[in-house]
This record gives sequence, structure tokens and C-alpha cells, in this order.
Amino acid sequence: MSLSVHIEKKLGAFTLSVHLETNGGVLGILGASGSGKSKTLQCIAGIETPDAGRIVLNDRVLFDSRSRTDVSVQNRHIGYLFQNYALFPHMTVAENISCGIRHIRDKRKRRQRVGDMIERMHLTGLADQRPGQLSGGQQQRTALARCLINEPDILLLDEPFSALDTWLKEQLLADLKQLLTYYDKDVLLVTHNRDEAYQLCQHIVVLEDGHVDSAGTVQDIFSAPPTRAAAVLTGCRNMAPARLMGGDVFVPDWNLRFHPDRPAPPDLCAVAIREQSFVPACEDNGRAVLIETVLERPFSWLVQFRYRGQAAESPSLWWQVDKNGQRPPQAAFLSVSSRDILLLHT
Amino acid sequence: MMDWYPLWNSLRIAGISCVLVFFSGICLAYYVARLPRVLKGILDVVLTLPLVLPPTVCGWLLLLVFGLKHPVGMFLNDMGIRFVMTWYGGVLASAVVAFPLMYRTARGAFESFDETLAWSGRTLGLSDTYIFWHIRMPCCRQGIIAGTVLAFARALGEYGATTMLIGYIPHNTATISTTVYQLWRINDEYHAFIWVLINIAISAVVLLTINIYEKKKP
Repeated sequence: MSLSVHIEKKLGAFTLSVHLETNGGVLGILGASGSGKSKTLQCIAGIETPDAGRIVLNDRVLFDSRSRTDVSVQNRHIGYLFQNYALFPHMTVAENISCGIRHIRDKRKRRQRVGDMIERMHLTGLADQRPGQLSGGQQQRTALARCLINEPDILLLDEPFSALDTWLKEQLLADLKQLLTYYDKDVLLVTHNRDEAYQLCQHIVVLEDGHVDSAGTVQDIFSAPPTRAAAVLTGCRNMAPARLMGGDVFVPDWNLRFHPDRPAPPDLCAVAIREQSFVPACEDNGRAVLIETVLERPFSWLVQFRYRGQAAESPSLWWQVDKNGQRPPQAAFLSVSSRDILLLHT
Repeated sequence: MMDWYPLWNSLRIAGISCVLVFFSGICLAYYVARLPRVLKGILDVVLTLPLVLPPTVCGWLLLLVFGLKHPVGMFLNDMGIRFVMTWYGGVLASAVVAFPLMYRTARGAFESFDETLAWSGRTLGLSDTYIFWHIRMPCCRQGIIAGTVLAFARALGEYGATTMLIGYIPHNTATISTTVYQLWRINDEYHAFIWVLINIAISAVVLLTINIYEKKKP
């Protein structure tokens, strides 16, 4: 089970240059909108043609610009779950699903397989409904059933939850995670949402401006995002440029100098601190701060503050505190463990 | 005794030209919709011209090509095909005039078709032919039906180009519209009025059928 993608494609002023390898499990492609993540999926599926490069799926060459190989979309044997599910509106759920196995000539066998899939995807009783009559979750499961019925060699999921509201999303995320356990081949999930990536994926590739910015296991990318793009996409809001000074890290904007608890990367360019990493402190172990605004959220306080002596042009910082029924947080001094200061390289 | 030939002839001409226009209109709409912009613009003008030109001008242009004194017409005449003063010449005239209605509505429908449906069909291994007939066409059904009805109604009501190309020969090239004109010219108001009522009835039935069909299948 492996997919190897090395592609280049020019799209106007934007250049897509993606190199990635997978070996089993669910790989997340995390990127902001316009980073080229959907285009990458389209190249793998054959919907877009790269200018140059090579795509190999389980030893099967799908695309190679040098040997002029370009397997047609129909013959790539790839499952593609589209962002809006792309269900055929005039067909019933059963008809939609059986589109995936039209090559099976025996009608009875076909009906049997569709029936099994409907049951497995918890769509029992909906076989004769049309997509317009289904809820968002049912539509997603129908589209997934249609993709999976022919047992594709890889499943590509393009922003599978973007069409749903937040409340429904949580439930469907759990459903999808469970349904994917039936599928033992590679899965590629494209998303801009860190929760989806965190919950569904084992490995993550961060895409930025059309190239792979960083890659690693979910735990690594979330606990220690290596780059600015990874930090932003994993939800880090407090970020400032930094440089090495002797063995120390110096952050001019925050007027902060500290000794990192781990070796800093030689090409260090910035540091980041998560909203939850600040702790109220006293004068001798904290830094003086000036609280600007306090936003109340259902279960937490979101505090916007500035360090005393912070550069005027650098943006204010965010501190998030869980709400335990107390009043808005007050603090004149905040401290951060140097372990919680993320060191980012270019 | 009433001569019913014009009714039969009109329905035959409108029916056949409607079938011709249905296929040619859909084919051209499908291919023009995916052409580069400049070529698309030019072809669009050419294919829509018969809609805005006076039908007599279309008739004159048809005579210029198929007239018996012109090369194409002469050649076809030698082969035994004559579009001048024959009932099937009426099919040609009506088809030319009705074509833009089919073409334009079908093209509009194809252009509003969500192309990701076609791509998702391809990832499922469906051939382009299957996608065209089982996904694209059903999704564009509304526009295509509308175009067909408009084309049929236009072909049935065609007068200008028809009268120039095939004239009026009773029991031969007479259609409802040319008959109404002839009857009015010879002051036979009674029969002219009957034909007018028949024409209104046919058009109303066609439009009504479509409306009922559209309501049944939302």
C-alpha cells in the first residue's frame, strides 16, 4: 500500500510542486485555501494533468511525463469523495451507489452488492430516496458508499465536512472514522480544518503556496509544529519573528530572550506560543502584561493582552483560560514555560 | 368538404424538423459550450442568426444555396433531391429557422451543468458516452425539453422561409400557415378561421402538455 506523488504544475502565477509519499493509513493534507491541496488530489485522480512528474500507486504508474503515461480517470481505480459529494440528483441512493459497479453485468449480483453496501453504510430504508431528500450526513454516506463499492486502491476525501454545519460535523467525524475502519487501504484527506486532520489522520502533510511545507505524524505536527504554516494551521495565534543569539533565542517584538530547553533549529525564524500556554504568575517569575480586552466564550475566556515593552507594531497576544464559573481572569504577570515556546524554522 | 392535407403536412414538417433540430442542436450546443472563447463567440453568432433574421431573408439565403439555378441545388437535383417546391423543402426551411431556439436553450442548460458530476462519474469508471446520456442529459432535461417545445412550436408556425422555398401548392406543399394566407387572399374567411382555431388548439395542447409534465417531475 503506497502512493508516491512527485508533480509540477503551473496554474497562472501559481506553481504547484508537490512531493509526497504515503505508506498506509490516513494521510491528511492540511493547507489554507489556495494552497493547492484540492489540485493535488485532482492530479492524483487524473482530473487535472500535471506539467511534469510521476504518480505511482501500489507499483502501478498512473502518470509519468517522461514515458508519457497518463492513465485515464476511469482506469485509475481511485475513490474520490467530492466536496459537495457530487451525487447524481436524478438517481436514487441505490442507483447512485450501483454506478460504481456498472461493469458487473449480472444484475442480481449487482443488486446484492449494493444492498450490502447500503446496510454497511447505515443507509437501510433510504435506497429509493433521491439525494435531495437526504440529510447532509446521509448524502455523505451515500457518496462514500458509491466510492467504496468497487473497492478502489485509494480513497481521496476532498474537504468532506465543509458542506455541513458545526453541530452535525462532530457526529459525522465520528461516523466517518468508524466507517473508514472497513477500508484497509490508503486514504488521503484534504482539509483546512485542524480538528478533522487531528481526529482522522495518522500522518500529516502541510501544504503552503503549492509546495510541501512540512510533514510528520499527527502528534509531532500538533505538539511541535516545525514551521510557521504548520503553527498557523494547527491553531497557533501568537507568533513573532525570532533569531538565535549565542545559545539563546531572542524575540525582538516581545522583548523576550530565553534559553530553549531543546536544541533550536539553526534556521530558526520565529517562535509561537499557544493560547492555552500562559499561566498567571507573580513579579519574580512572570512578565508584566497589560490586558486590553476580555472576550467571553461559552466555556472559556479569551484575553487579549500586550507585554510591557512590546514593539508597537507587533499584534497583541491571546490567552485562553477555561471558565470554571469564576469572574474574568485578572493578571498583571504571565509566565510561559520555555518548553511551551514553539521554535519554528523556515 | 374540408381538405385536411395542410394539417397533416404541417405536423409532418414540424415533427421531422423538430427531430432534426433536437439532435443537431444538442450536438452543437455540447461542442460549442466547450470551445475556446473567440471561436465560441463567432459560432454562436452564426448559429443564432436565423433567430433574428427575417424569415424571408433565411428563405432567400436557402434559395441561394438550394435554388435550381445554383450549383448545390443543381447538383442535388441531378441526384433526385429537390428542396424547392417540395414538402421536404419545408422541413429544411423550418429546421433552419427553429434551430437557434433549440441550440440556445440546450447550450444554456449545458453551461449550467455542474461539471463535478461528470468528473465524479469518471472516477467511478463510467464512460463519457454513458455520462452524457445518463447524467448530463437528465440533469439538463428541463432546458432541453423547453428548447424542443419552442423549436416544435416555431417550426409549426413557420411561414416566411417556407413560403419562399416551397411556395403554396394545394395537396403538395400547403401548410397551415400558407393555407391561412391563401384563404384570406381569396376572401374565404370561414375556412381561414377554422385553420386559425386548429393552429391555436395544437399550440395550446403542446404547451399545456409540457406544463403538466414539468409539474409532475420537479
